[in-house]
Amino acid sequence: MNDTIMDSGLRPSRETANIVRRGLKKRYAAEQRFKLYGLLAVCAALAFLVIMLGNIIYKGHTAFIQTEVKLEIYFDEDVIDPTGKRDEQTLRGADYGRLIKTSLRKQFPNVQKRRDKRKLYRIVSAGSPFELYRMVQKDPSLIGKTQAIWISAAANIDILNKGGIDTTRPETERRVNNKEISWYENLREAGLIRADFNTRFFTAGDSRDPEQAGVLGAVIGSLLTLAITLLLSFPFGVMAAIYLEEFAPQNRWTDIIEVNINNLAAVPSIVFGLLGLAVFLNFFGLPRSAPLVGGMVLALMTLPTIIIASRAALKSVPPSIREAALGVGASRMQVVTDHVAPLAMPGILTGTIIGMARALGESAPLLMIGMVAFIVDVPQSPTDPATVLPVQVYLWADSPERAFVERTSAAIIVLIGFLVCMNLTAQILRQKFEKHW
Amino acid sequence: MQSYTIFIVLIALTFFGFRMGRNRAVKASEGHLSKLHSLPIYHGLYVAIWCSIPSLLIIFIWIISEPLIVTTLVLSELPVELQNQSQAQLNLLMNDVRNIAAGNIGISEADPAVIIAAERYSAVSRTSGTAQFILILNLAIVGLTLGIKYIAPHFRARILVERVGMILLIIASTIAILTTIGIVLSLIFESIRFFEKVTPIEFFFGLEWSPQIALREDQVASDGSFGAVPIFAGTALISFIAMIVAVPIGLMSAVYLAEYAHSKFRAIAKPLLEILAGIPTVVYGFFAALTVAPFLRDSGGLLGLSISSESALAAGVVMGIMIIPFISSLSDDVITAVPQAMRDGSYGLGATKSETILRVILPAALPGIVGSVLLAVSRAIGETMIVVMAAGLSANLTANPFEAVTTVTVQIVTLLVGDQEFDSAKTLAAFALGLTLFAITLCLNFIALRVVQKYREKYE
Repeated sequence: MNDTIMDSGLRPSRETANIVRRGLKKRYAAEQRFKLYGLLAVCAALAFLVIMLGNIIYKGHTAFIQTEVKLEIYFDEDVIDPTGKRDEQTLRGADYGRLIKTSLRKQFPNVQKRRDKRKLYRIVSAGSPFELYRMVQKDPSLIGKTQAIWISAAANIDILNKGGIDTTRPETERRVNNKEISWYENLREAGLIRADFNTRFFTAGDSRDPEQAGVLGAVIGSLLTLAITLLLSFPFGVMAAIYLEEFAPQNRWTDIIEVNINNLAAVPSIVFGLLGLAVFLNFFGLPRSAPLVGGMVLALMTLPTIIIASRAALKSVPPSIREAALGVGASRMQVVTDHVAPLAMPGILTGTIIGMARALGESAPLLMIGMVAFIVDVPQSPTDPATVLPVQVYLWADSPERAFVERTSAAIIVLIGFLVCMNLTAQILRQKFEKHW
Repeated sequence: MQSYTIFIVLIALTFFGFRMGRNRAVKASEGHLSKLHSLPIYHGLYVAIWCSIPSLLIIFIWIISEPLIVTTLVLSELPVELQNQSQAQLNLLMNDVRNIAAGNIGISEADPAVIIAAERYSAVSRTSGTAQFILILNLAIVGLTLGIKYIAPHFRARILVERVGMILLIIASTIAILTTIGIVLSLIFESIRFFEKVTPIEFFFGLEWSPQIALREDQVASDGSFGAVPIFAGTALISFIAMIVAVPIGLMSAVYLAEYAHSKFRAIAKPLLEILAGIPTVVYGFFAALTVAPFLRDSGGLLGLSISSESALAAGVVMGIMIIPFISSLSDDVITAVPQAMRDGSYGLGATKSETILRVILPAALPGIVGSVLLAVSRAIGETMIVVMAAGLSANLTANPFEAVTTVTVQIVTLLVGDQEFDSAKTLAAFALGLTLFAITLCLNFIALRVVQKYREKYE
C-alpha cells in the first residue's frame, strides 16, 4: 500500500501520465472559458454603466438648449397700467398675456377661428407673461414702447424645434398638428425662432410648465441640507472616532458602541426617514419639508460613515508620533488635538466628502419628512420648505409631460456633476496630503 | 430670526471671553509664563466653556419645550366649545393658528376665535423669544465673570478643560447608540399602536393588502386589509432577481480582477466598477422606469410574452446592477486575503488556475463571500428609490417576474407621502412595515458582519 503511493508519487507510470495528458486539452479549454467568463462579467458591469450614463446624457443634453420665439411686443399702457400709478401692485396684476396674444395675432392675421387662436397662443410658454412682468418691473419706462423680445417657446414647439417630433407620422398621432407646424415653419423662415442656452434651467425654481422649470431651487435646497448635515455630522463623527480610537477603554460598552456603529452603517436609509418623521416632526414638532430636518436625518445617516473613515485615518497615524509627544510632556488630550488629529485630517476629510456625496444623492429618507412638495420659490433659510436635487429628479420623472424627460435627465447630469466634483476633491486630497508612513 | 441673533451674540461673547481669559492669564503670570500651571490658551478656553455651555444647554431645552408650552397657553385661552374637541382636531386648529400667525393664510376667511388665538400665539411667542434672549445673555455674562474670577497662576485650567473635552467626546460617541435607540423606540411605539388595530397574525399571515380602501373614518382598519404576505413576497421576488444578476457578475468580476487581470487593467476597472455604487439610486430608478421597463415590455411583446411595464424583472435587474460593486469589492477583499501558500500548494499539485480558484480559493473564501452576499441581500431589501419608481403599487401575490409586484419600501413611501393623519391604521402600517424591514436587515447585517469578521481573523 505504502509502496504504491510512493511509487506513483515519485515516478508516475506511463499509464497515469497518459490519463493526465488526455485530460489536459479539456482542462486548458476550461481554463480559457473560465477566464473569459470573468472578463465578460467585468465588461458586462462596465457596459451597464456606459449604457446608463450614455442614455441619460443622450436624453438630457437637449434640455440645456431652449427654443425661443421673437415677438414684437407693444407694452400697451392701457393694458398694463391705465391709471399711470406705476406701483408694484398694478404692475404685478396686469394682463401681460394680452400683450403677447395681440402680438401673435398681428404676426398671423389669417388665423381667425377661436379654436385656432387658442392653439396659436400656445406656441409660447404659459409662463411668458411672467417674463414680461419681470422686464417691466426692472424697467418701467418700457411701458408705451414697442420692442422685439425673445420669449420661451412652449414645450411642444421646443421639442419640434429639436427634432423630437416625427412630422411624417399621421397628424392624430403627433403632439403638434399641421397648423402648428406651419406656424412654426413660418416663424422659422422669418428668422424668428432661435435656440439659445437655457439659462432659466439654472436660475429658476420648479414649475408645472417644463419650459419654465429650473433646478436652482433644488440645488439651493441640497446645499442648505448638506450644510446642516456637515455641521452636525462632521464634529460629532470626528469626536466619536477620536474617543473610540484614542481613549475608549477595551470593555463591553465600547464593544457595544462599535457593533452598533457598524450595524447602523448598513441600516436601510428609509428607516432613518421613519425616525425623522416620528421623532423630529411628530415629537419635536419641527417644520415639515425643511432642509433643517432633512439635514438632521442625513447627518444621522452619514455619521457611521464618517466615524468609520475617521477611525481608519486615526489608526494609520503611527504610535511613534504619540509616544514622542507624550515623551516631551504633552497630555493625552494634547497628543490628540495637536498631533494625531491634524496628521489624520486629510483622511478624515476624504471620508467626510465621500459621506457628503452619498448624502447628496440620497432621497428615500427625505420623502418621509415631506421634502417632496411642489415648491416654486427658491428656499432662503434652512426652515423654508424646500426640495433637493435627487427628489427633484424623482418628482420630474413622475410627471406625465414628455418635455420633463429631458429635464429630468438634465437634472441628473447636474447631480452627477456635483458628485464627480466632490469625489475628485476627495481623490486629490487623498493623493496630495495623505501621508504613507 | 431671533434665534440667529442669540447664536451670534453667544459666539461673540464666547470669543470675547476666550480672549479675555487668555490675556488675564498672561497678566497674572507677571511676565513669567512658566509660573502658570496651564498655558494661557487653557485659561481662555475655560472662560469660553463657562460662557457658552450652560447657555447652549438652556437654548436646547428651550427649543424642545417651547412649542409645547406656547401651545398649551394658547389653547387654554380658547373659547370652551373649541377646547372640547378631539386631540386631532385641536392639532388641526393649532396648525391654522400657526399659519395665520406666520401670515401664510389670509385672515379673511378664518374663524374670529382662531384669529384671536393667532394674535395671542404671536404675542406669547414674542414674549418667549425676548425672555429667552435676556436669560441667555445674563447667563453668558454671569458665566463669563465667574470664569474670569478663577484665573490665577496656580489654577489648573488645563485639567478642567480636558475633562470637559472628554465628556464631549463621550457624548459624541453615544450618539450612534441614541440613534439606534431612537429608531427602535419610534418604530416599536408606532407599531404597537398599529397592532392594537390590526392583529399581528393578520399582518404577518394575511394574503390581502389594500390599505387605501379605507376611505371613511368609521371604515378605518375594518375594511382596509393589512395582510402583508404579498408585500413580503414581492420584496423577496425583486431581491431574488437582483441577486441572480448581481451574484454571478459580481463574483466573477471579483475573481477576474483579483486573480487574472493585469495590474493596469485592474487599476482602471476597479474604480470604474465602484462608480456604479456611487451613482444615486434615483438615477437607477429613472433608468429602470423609462428605459429598461419599456425595453423589456417591447421585446417581450415581440416574443409573445406579456410583460407589465412595471414588471418585477425591470426593477430587479437594475437593482442587481446597482449591487454588483458591493459584491465584487467585498469578495475581492476576501479573495485577496486567502494566503498565497494555498494557491502555491494547489499549483504544485498541477492544478490549473481555474481549478485552483474553484476548488481551493473559493471554498476557503466561502464564509467571506457568503457574508458579502448577505450584506447585498440586505441592501436589496432596503433599497427604495428604484422600486418606488419602477415597481408596481398594488400588492400582487405572484412568482411571475413579468408581472408587477410591490415591496415593503414602496408601501412605506406610498403610505407616508402626502397628507396623513397620524392615528389612521394606514400611516401606522408604514411603521409596522418599517419595523419588519429594520428587524430583517439588522439580522442579515449582524450575521454578515460576524461571518466576515470571523473570516478575517482566520487568515490574519
